[in-house]
Amino acid sequence: MIASKTAPVAADADTALRHKVLRRIKSRPTTRGAVILLGVLLLLALLAPFIAPQNPHDLASLSVMDNRLEPGAQGMTGITYWLGTDAQGRDMLSAILYGLRTSLLVGLTSTAGALAIGVLAGLVAAQFGGAVDAAIMRVVDFMLGFPSILIALVLLASIGRGVDKVIIAIILVQWAQYARLMRAAALVERRKEYIEAAVNFGLPTRHIMLAHLLPNSISSVLVVSTISIAGAITLEATLSFLGVGVPVTQPSLGLLIANGFEFLLSGEYWIAAFPGIALVLLIMSLNLVGERLRRSFNVRGQ
Amino acid sequence: MTAYILQRLIQSVLVLLAVSVVVFLAVYGIGDPIELLVPPQVSAAERTAMIQRLGLDLPVWQQYLGFLGKALKGDLGLSFVHGVPAVDLILARLPATFELVLLAMSLAAIIGIPLGLLAGLNPESRPSRAIMAGTILGFSLPSFWKGMMLILLFSVFLGWLPTAGRGETVSVLGIPTSLLTLDGLKHLALPALNLAIPNMALMIRLVAAGTTEAMTQDYVKYARAKGVRRKRIIGRHVLRNILIPVVTVAGMEFGSLVAFSTITETVFAWPGMGKLLIDSIYQLDRPVVVAYVMLATLLFVAVNFLVDILYAALDPRVKLTGEMA
Repeated sequence: MIASKTAPVAADADTALRHKVLRRIKSRPTTRGAVILLGVLLLLALLAPFIAPQNPHDLASLSVMDNRLEPGAQGMTGITYWLGTDAQGRDMLSAILYGLRTSLLVGLTSTAGALAIGVLAGLVAAQFGGAVDAAIMRVVDFMLGFPSILIALVLLASIGRGVDKVIIAIILVQWAQYARLMRAAALVERRKEYIEAAVNFGLPTRHIMLAHLLPNSISSVLVVSTISIAGAITLEATLSFLGVGVPVTQPSLGLLIANGFEFLLSGEYWIAAFPGIALVLLIMSLNLVGERLRRSFNVRGQ
Repeated sequence: MTAYILQRLIQSVLVLLAVSVVVFLAVYGIGDPIELLVPPQVSAAERTAMIQRLGLDLPVWQQYLGFLGKALKGDLGLSFVHGVPAVDLILARLPATFELVLLAMSLAAIIGIPLGLLAGLNPESRPSRAIMAGTILGFSLPSFWKGMMLILLFSVFLGWLPTAGRGETVSVLGIPTSLLTLDGLKHLALPALNLAIPNMALMIRLVAAGTTEAMTQDYVKYARAKGVRRKRIIGRHVLRNILIPVVTVAGMEFGSLVAFSTITETVFAWPGMGKLLIDSIYQLDRPVVVAYVMLATLLFVAVNFLVDILYAALDPRVKLTGEMA
């Protein structure tokens, strides 16, 4: 049902395919727009400390008198709040730029962690088979049997909030899908003659796994991981919204939205709406790029 | 078949046991509930008595065995905060969540299937492309954000619908429901729509893919050659064939809708199980969190079990002895 039927890319066809994918990305206006948008968002997050009008974490630079000002309003010190201010008088534009950093940090780190664990688990399962395979895949089935939000919620409820803890929770819910994909890809690859040749040649198992199996079967997993970054960022935002995610001292976009929720009903929409738009742009661009990559490489994920 | 059912049953029980251990240990780690429950001015003796009464002085494994023994009798402990059985607390909230989930599923099917059919019949047309682009939006917008935007649009700006709560309910066979009062339906509309959107996107995708594939099949060509009207081909032949996977997926999504209703219930202050879970996490109400997870697991396991058995019964290709295809 869920097995990925990836046609593994032979080494010589690799460059040709890469060119094809790049060409396809360039030729699609939506995808090209998404790539540019993603680049801009990454750049903004990277440069946040240099371009933000205010340091939103530095309480001394905030003026409580400026709380909940409308977008475009001018503060006491003469600073213009283009996207308005929140209840503490924090410039929303600065808060969003810094929030983007936190969201991306959590999304990228947790995806990298889940990818590492999942790929390793899938590789081991495919290589050793038998009881090892069965044991790993039972755990994978078990993890995938439950909605990720529920697992992460209960885990964070017990270990408390924090950037590192959210990352751990997301790794825990995401590694299993990579393990399943990696195992499927590696099983296909293992039947090939060059692996057989390597085995007969007497190469150590570890060498076969890491030098042959891993690089030749990882492409499908990597392709799916782009979409998973969006998933990780969404999950982090949701957990932070529910109050079990990142701490208030390092607000992500999700937490900024949560903070603005109570003011939404009184019509002070900007506190929640602008961080929300930033979050949606980030997720959408990642999804569009990921979806195009997935289609171009013809990977059937999940 | 009996052997297969038995095997799946044992697996399901093992899953439940594993979850009970994991959850108990995980939730055991939540900060000290005594700090929260006992006011600081209470004497040390009263404090100790309280700890003993709640069984918090025993070693972890003993607490677990006690928990498991009681759980088998349907007793998952008293809520630290409310002092009533945690299971009762959750079951009292169950109808609110179920009516939300059921309405969301219906909405997803009623809107999703026709749109999917439309998109699948002319996959290259402009409206179809728009629908498919919309599904990406439906999948990727975070649920809580979508809910807030619905509130902003329909409640704050337009003032048509209420923002929170369940509204007026009437009792049917002792179960309160919002489905039968106008005020209740008004309260239900936004949360149900919010919960339905990702599922609607899924329905559209499934139906569209199925339709596009089915239209190239021989039985469709044959029906066409026979001169059967297009409407009848679609309604009678195509739709029937694609509905099987759709119904299966809808069934399997039931559990995840219950889980995701946690977010929607929080946004719309809907007094269901999910809102209770979040409140209990804030209040460190350990027994309620454990009871919620155990009941949710029971639900998932039961749904998966039923789907697997139905699948095996309906599809002769599924091997009954080994793993599922």
